[in-house]
Amino acid sequence: MSITDIILRTLAEHGRLAADRSLIDDHTDLYQAGLTSHASVNVMLALEGLFDIEFPDRMLRRGVFRSVSSIRQAIEELTAGAASPPQLTGELK
Amino acid sequence: MTEMSEVCAALGQYCASTAMVFAMHQIQVACIVRHGLGSQMFRDYCAELVERQMLLASATSEVGVGGDTRSSICAVEVADGIFTLNKDATTVSYGANADDLLVTCRRSVDAARSDQVVVLARRGQYRLDQTTNWDTLGMRGTCSPGYRLSSSGPAAQILPGSFADASSHTMVPYSHILWSSLWLGIATDAVTRAARFVRAEARSKPGTTPPTALRLAEVSNDLHTMRAMVRDMAREFTDAQSPNEDAEALLGMGFALKMNNLKIASSTLLVKIVHQALLLCGILGYKNDSPFSLCRHLRDAYSAPLMIGNDRIFAKNASMLLVHKDD
Repeated sequence: MSITDIILRTLAEHGRLAADRSLIDDHTDLYQAGLTSHASVNVMLALEGLFDIEFPDRMLRRGVFRSVSSIRQAIEELTAGAASPPQLTGELK
Repeated sequence: MTEMSEVCAALGQYCASTAMVFAMHQIQVACIVRHGLGSQMFRDYCAELVERQMLLASATSEVGVGGDTRSSICAVEVADGIFTLNKDATTVSYGANADDLLVTCRRSVDAARSDQVVVLARRGQYRLDQTTNWDTLGMRGTCSPGYRLSSSGPAAQILPGSFADASSHTMVPYSHILWSSLWLGIATDAVTRAARFVRAEARSKPGTTPPTALRLAEVSNDLHTMRAMVRDMAREFTDAQSPNEDAEALLGMGFALKMNNLKIASSTLLVKIVHQALLLCGILGYKNDSPFSLCRHLRDAYSAPLMIGNDRIFAKNASMLLVHKDD
């Protein structure tokens, strides 16, 4: 499963978006799609668990979680340098 | 910010409601100045604001959202360059006396509750029908009853950008720092009265330190803590504005946590300080007509933990701390 798919599934599970999942693409503004700051914390937590990463303080801002594309960039940055491509360490429901 | 903070603290020593009205006006002005100047309409408006010395109020609360300013039910509708906006607001401070209003609402009728914008409704463009009274324990001078607002005007009066950014960047830090500053003013005057009381006691029996002096030392310690907190955050906010600093820092979670902690700590300390001062002055503090009266301080102080309930803020912090790393 690609990082994008994992992000989309995490958003579906924890993002409580008002917009239909099929309408979310790479650049959809997630806040306009109904992502609240509380829900974004749950999305972060789930992604931290799934990718075994920690979002540093500098990434804990609205811009980073504004779109699937910006979340993917953050995850790629945090997993860069790893010998193998990002591995899923957690369970997806 | 440091200057405005000092003004709020000075006003708060005499009339907390006046200080609150001043603070709230400055918060609204800051939202326009910091988020609206990309628009010619808002640049002209700022000039007019100064020229005519108008008073700006806000309608951010709404019936049905349970006190959460970051979500709206009402939505602005735009047709042919004209906006229409109706809102059932739970409190609009000095609404009856304001010139213009800043109103939060959903971006459009099909927008999510949290997808908000700010709309400027100018006098003559809105109508306020009072729905509730403002018969409260304290902060009575802010005159903050509920109103049903109906408004309509040029669509250019919708503040550019989103309320989410204006809120975290400006409204929250300005509110927490300026409110804390005026609460510091209330606390300062309470301790001043307590100190005067202790000195009067000491003068009546020179050579012996009155037992209340120990309590004065204690309450003065809390006042100094509160003052240090308020000044520190006012300075930190000002520093974050300087061109050398990362302006993005204001949008970070660490900054939001600090601002929330300032609000919780200063509102809690205020109630504690006024309570201690009252114990110290005894019955003379309890009387409305004594020079040591702390009745009004006490009534006003109890509004502080409720203005955006501290429990609500603790819950937000609890959520943020799950992902925020303070290292």
